[in-house]
Amino acid sequence: MTTTTLAGMEIELDDEGFIVDPERWTEAMAADLARHEGIDPLTDRHWQVVRFMRCEYEAKGSGPTVRVLGKTSGVSVKELYQLFPRGPAKIAAKIAGIPKPRGCI
Amino acid sequence: MKRIVILGGGTGGTLTANRLRRVLPADETSIVVVDQDDVHVYQPGLLFVPFGLTHPDDITRSRRRQLHRDIECRTSPVDRVDLDADTVHLADGATLPYDVLVVATGASLAPEETEGLTGPGWMEKVFTFYTPDGASALAERLTFFPGGRLVVNVVEMPIKCPVAPLEFCFLADWYFQELGIRDRVQLTYVTPLDGAFTKPVASAALGGMLEARGIELVTEFNTGSVDGEGGRLVSWDDREVPFDLAVVVPVHNGAAYVANSPGLGDELGFVPTDEHTLQSKARPNIFAIGDAAALPISKAGSVTHFEGEVLVENIQRFLAGRSLDASYDGHANCFIETGFQKAMLIDFNYETEPLPGHYPGRHGLPLLKESRLNHLGKLLFQSFYWHSLLPGHDLPGISSAMPAQGKDRPRADQKEARAS
Ligand SMILES: Cc1cc2nc3c(=O)[nH]c(=O)nc-3n(C[C@H](O)[C@H](O)[C@H](O)COP(=O)(O)OP(=O)(O)OC[C@H]3O[C@@H](n4cnc5c(N)ncnc54)[C@H](O)[C@@H]3O)c2cc1C
Repeated sequence: MTTTTLAGMEIELDDEGFIVDPERWTEAMAADLARHEGIDPLTDRHWQVVRFMRCEYEAKGSGPTVRVLGKTSGVSVKELYQLFPRGPAKIAAKIAGIPKPRGCI
Repeated sequence: MKRIVILGGGTGGTLTANRLRRVLPADETSIVVVDQDDVHVYQPGLLFVPFGLTHPDDITRSRRRQLHRDIECRTSPVDRVDLDADTVHLADGATLPYDVLVVATGASLAPEETEGLTGPGWMEKVFTFYTPDGASALAERLTFFPGGRLVVNVVEMPIKCPVAPLEFCFLADWYFQELGIRDRVQLTYVTPLDGAFTKPVASAALGGMLEARGIELVTEFNTGSVDGEGGRLVSWDDREVPFDLAVVVPVHNGAAYVANSPGLGDELGFVPTDEHTLQSKARPNIFAIGDAAALPISKAGSVTHFEGEVLVENIQRFLAGRSLDASYDGHANCFIETGFQKAMLIDFNYETEPLPGHYPGRHGLPLLKESRLNHLGKLLFQSFYWHSLLPGHDLPGISSAMPAQGKDRPRADQKEARAS
């Protein structure tokens, strides 16, 4: 666990860089989180995915997988990988301040 | 007369129907099971088919014969469910009204969703052992495999029995050693996960076992397309893994009719279900069991078995207007065949990851450890499946809830060390 400053607030991150308490996330933190992942700037297309992830998490308690994102977010899987090259579901979840998608077990 | 309609006559549908029949009098409640065919495959046996250790005929029986005689069987694909009218429409035109509906139509494979997978090379250089036909064709191919790069790939989670592709790797290592050509075969396991398995302790153990056998592990590989002719898996982020023979576990969806039944399923056709009561989130009179349910636990026969007990209790409670029993804890266990007549056993639930120790108690089968005893357990399981699990008999000492005794829990300080 580490503490870092995001949008001027002290925020706790877990060992993989996910925000520990999703309640503390604000849209203002997304740009800082994205920069940590080498994504700068966050475009409208990025935001479409990030906001979608956030809604899904709030409705269902867990972020969607890449295949579900490709079917429902309005952004194709190919483009998702262009936007978040190192793994769209995981990276977008991190930027959206939600826990690592559970994947499936 | 109350009507219970069960969609799917596989593991979950069969054991639920038989258990319900025992507790609900036939003159008060009718039970109907619908399936698209009469071929019940013992799916865990498919793993052994490619290595010539069993044959599809030896793991297949009639579905109807597994059901109590006071259960009505219908053989037709389901076309759709009308949730507002409490009615199932079958593809043969029949309609079945219900008081309680159980969705037990499992998961279906969708190889066509991955570009190129069913294109040139399919069933020649690219196989799956998740179907009887695929497993048989692969058996023939392996007999004549001269050596080269054999790649085992999971396209995306969730899949049925997430340990089966790892077991395939272990058995392939054994098989080629027996044939005396292991030095000519390069084995690679390619997974979308960030390790050999999802849960940390088991992932480390299984990762170590791959390494010890000289099986290469490629992680975080999300297969975008399969080039059968050129012999390449290509990921969405343009990485490539070359192969001479690929064994692919295709993506899984829920049954096709779910998408035809507004309000029943999620984007992939699985049914959102309460984790502890197994009541669907769609309607109070709809329940789901087994692979068809969208739950945060493995899609496995053992899960289906443990869910059955809670489901049957809750259907009775629902019919009697009583509150439901929220006691399903996500209990799962899997035998992992590791080759050379040995196997490993893992036991876990929603809260507890697979840990070392013994199951179901201190003097039981060793957990997270290879042993001959576990291999015998895996082999005996087939007989248990037909004679106890499907008829719905309880086994002494084996309960739906995960046993806490017998497990070696990491001390807090070790947990910290592992996490960092
Ligand atoms: C290769 C392999 C190895 C496995 N190994 C293990 C193991 O070692 N241990 C373990 O615990 N589990 C294992 N499993 C998983 C286990 O077999 C399943 O989890 C279990 O069978 C799930 O039961 P179910 O009732 O949900 O689905 P199923 O048993 O698959 O039954 C679903 C039924 O629904 C029917 N159906 C589907 N769509 C329709 C429709 N539209 N209309 C009518 N009927 C329909 C199907 O015909 C089928 O009979 C393995 C699976 C595979 C593929």
